[in-house]
Amino acid sequence: MATINVNGQAKDVTADPAMPLLWVLRDVLGMTGTKFGCGMAQCGACTVHIDGVPTRSCVTPLSTVGDKKVTTIEGLSADASHPVQKAWIELQVPQCGYCQSGQIMSAVALLEAKPTPTDADIDTAMNGNICRCGTYQRIRAAIHRAAEMKKG
Amino acid sequence: MAKTESGWSRRDFVRVSVAVGGGLLVSVGCKPAGKGTEVAAGGAGGGTLEPNAFVRIDASGNVTVISKHLEMGEGNYTGLATLVAEELDADWAKVKVEGAGADAKKYANLLFGMQGTGGSSAIANSWEQYRKAGAAARAVLLTAAAKQWGVAETELTTEPGVVVHAKSSRRAEYGTLVAAAAKLAPPENPQLKDPKDYRYIGKDKSTPRTDVKEKSSGTATYTQDVKLPGLLTAVVAHAPLFGATVKSFDATKAKAVPGVKDVVQIPSGVAVVAEHFWAAKQGRAALTVQWDTSKANTKGSADVAADLRALAGKAGVEVRKEGDGAKTLAGAAKTVEATYEFPYLAHASMEPLNCVVQLNKDGAELWYGCQFQTFDQMAVAAVLGMKPEQIKINMLYAGGSFGRRANGKSDYVVEAASIAKAINGRAPVKLVWTREDDTSAGYFRPAFLHHIKGGLDKTGAPVAWVHRIAGQSVMAGTPMAPKDGKDGASFEGAADQPYVGGNVYADVHTPDIGIPVQWWRSVGNTHTAFAVEMFVDELAHAGGKDPVEFRRGLLGKEPRWLGVLNLAAEKAGWGSKLPAGHSRGVAVHKSFGSYVAEVAEVSLEGGKPKVHRVVCAVDCGLVVNPDIARSQMEGGIAYGLGAALYGKIDIDKGKVVSTNFDRYRVLRQREMPVVEVYFVPSTEKPTGVGEPGTPPIGPAVGNALFALTGKPVRKLPFVS
Repeated sequence: MATINVNGQAKDVTADPAMPLLWVLRDVLGMTGTKFGCGMAQCGACTVHIDGVPTRSCVTPLSTVGDKKVTTIEGLSADASHPVQKAWIELQVPQCGYCQSGQIMSAVALLEAKPTPTDADIDTAMNGNICRCGTYQRIRAAIHRAAEMKKG
Repeated sequence: MAKTESGWSRRDFVRVSVAVGGGLLVSVGCKPAGKGTEVAAGGAGGGTLEPNAFVRIDASGNVTVISKHLEMGEGNYTGLATLVAEELDADWAKVKVEGAGADAKKYANLLFGMQGTGGSSAIANSWEQYRKAGAAARAVLLTAAAKQWGVAETELTTEPGVVVHAKSSRRAEYGTLVAAAAKLAPPENPQLKDPKDYRYIGKDKSTPRTDVKEKSSGTATYTQDVKLPGLLTAVVAHAPLFGATVKSFDATKAKAVPGVKDVVQIPSGVAVVAEHFWAAKQGRAALTVQWDTSKANTKGSADVAADLRALAGKAGVEVRKEGDGAKTLAGAAKTVEATYEFPYLAHASMEPLNCVVQLNKDGAELWYGCQFQTFDQMAVAAVLGMKPEQIKINMLYAGGSFGRRANGKSDYVVEAASIAKAINGRAPVKLVWTREDDTSAGYFRPAFLHHIKGGLDKTGAPVAWVHRIAGQSVMAGTPMAPKDGKDGASFEGAADQPYVGGNVYADVHTPDIGIPVQWWRSVGNTHTAFAVEMFVDELAHAGGKDPVEFRRGLLGKEPRWLGVLNLAAEKAGWGSKLPAGHSRGVAVHKSFGSYVAEVAEVSLEGGKPKVHRVVCAVDCGLVVNPDIARSQMEGGIAYGLGAALYGKIDIDKGKVVSTNFDRYRVLRQREMPVVEVYFVPSTEKPTGVGEPGTPPIGPAVGNALFALTGKPVRKLPFVS
């Protein structure tokens, strides 16, 4: 059995140490906000933060998580009130919505690192997150909007 | 967890509650939506008003719109709710949407005659039906208020969510009237509003999407997220080649994987059923399967391209003939000839295909992003030896589809049902496809070839158009298969091109190739628009004409084509100076009743196309939700641009090589141009927006590259 720290809570997990964190979250802990898209770190739908670093949980074995702090979409806020989530809602970013947990987690990490990103910064930071509905233009605008909101 | 939004649950018949241990449990209970049904409930006045199958109002004034269409991203839940809210005069903050069950009598797509979502038709087919549903609800609320106050109905008006009697300054919230209103018979043909009185329809940003909050917080429920007591997960070892079947298999090692519960043979392969996905996937990796490939397809994508080239030299089935195209061509002052080639494309939705099936004593219950309820019910019933009405479908959000979930053979749904049957229904089972399963399973946009010959007179005006099309039929083998060999989906948007009349000929070949194909966002228009619009630019070039001027000269009798062309050209500043190394290209296309023109501004960076800006002009009739229509153009452009730049499925000796996003390249953030969308004001009935944004982007970019390099683009994708 392993104990991992998810959204500030210690969670006891009995699972194959090779099981990717994505499936630990989804199938063992029942936290389904983090999505399965490709299974090989190509699409970013499974993005979570590990010690604040955006990480593809689909290729992160449980055994490598240790006592690092895992943050998922569920850990951002209880009511979609994180500035990035508010910006996403205000600018009506999601269409099918399936990639958006991962998009939001990548955007949150970008804004932590660069509070006032340029379009080029956004394009670079978000290039690993695929959206087949093509919400990229609204993602760009929403990240700028979230940056404004965070400054108050 | 899923009930964070003021206690409301999105789906009435899938109630989600927090279970012991932090997991979610879904319990099932279907409430019928009958005409005038009165249902006891809590709240001030009690009761629930259900005047028809599309709307329900509770005693707190909450309005639930029942969507007969799948929400796969295109915003139809919000669109249908807008239609109801407008005529009901609902308070938008109190409007929610839930998916309808499978019932073709109540919920048929009025353009299809059966229940299903597709062809950009959700709003178009529901335009009257959903407004009438809202108006009928409002009518009984007014009658109930009039009776209660003893006043004439004609003295009553409504404000969002409130009936008002101005003379006596009395007001009644809808919720307080539902108990009385539920006892009244709703009118069959209620009066609809004068469009000048619209509060929501066409009013930009008046009705924000009902699904963005849950989709921005990870709480929206997709198939992948369904939880049921005892639910097992299945992963299937599929045949390596299309048409191969299981000869034998050895499950010894697979069954030894902790968590694997069963390994069963089904018609499409061998399913590993386990406690969770990871065990099922590990089990599949440990499985040994011998395949019978004697009847399998061994053709690769290059072989298919060669087949189509060979067909270009042979006469096909005639689909348009006016005058004598060949003779006119022979006498033309100038001729142009071009062959355009298109690869196979995968839909590649973000949510790989999946489906949950539970067998029970009365039939079967399914949970998934169902796009074609009627077909799926028939197909699953056939597998399980049941009647279609015994197949209950809970329609969940789909994480994209782009046509894929509307499979003519219900392939992935049948697979899930087959697994449930193979394990004798002893547990509910969730079929999960990996990304590789999803991309390799076929049902691609077929590879196509267009060969076009055009003639110009001495003034550069076109006088003849001879067009041959070759590619697999997407309808073949489905219940919609054409009987005369003419699959309209192969030539829509080409045989009916509006530019050249008089001497026109078009024919089509539909070769039978063992690679499964299917419609893909905008269907035939994915290739026909490209061929036609590229060829129009080639004709303009040959005649020394500006592409926009040339089109204007040919579209004089087509005001809506001309309308979008002119609007896009104006907003893009067609003809104005561009930075060095930049060029513009234009394309116009009509699909699903809507007209779209796009102007792309392009340069080359390191020899590769870079699209900077796309100006899009749309005439889709009356625009119900402008911001959603805008988002569909943005998204349709991104989808089509990714395909034009990079999209191709490579198949080698029958085996799909492009299996994940590393080898099937799609558009990413860095490649997204600035997209501006403009609407042509219109009072025509609304037409589609989900697909029509896609067809013009490829040729608009292609024509910009043609203008930049002087070399026409005739093969897709542009970057190989």
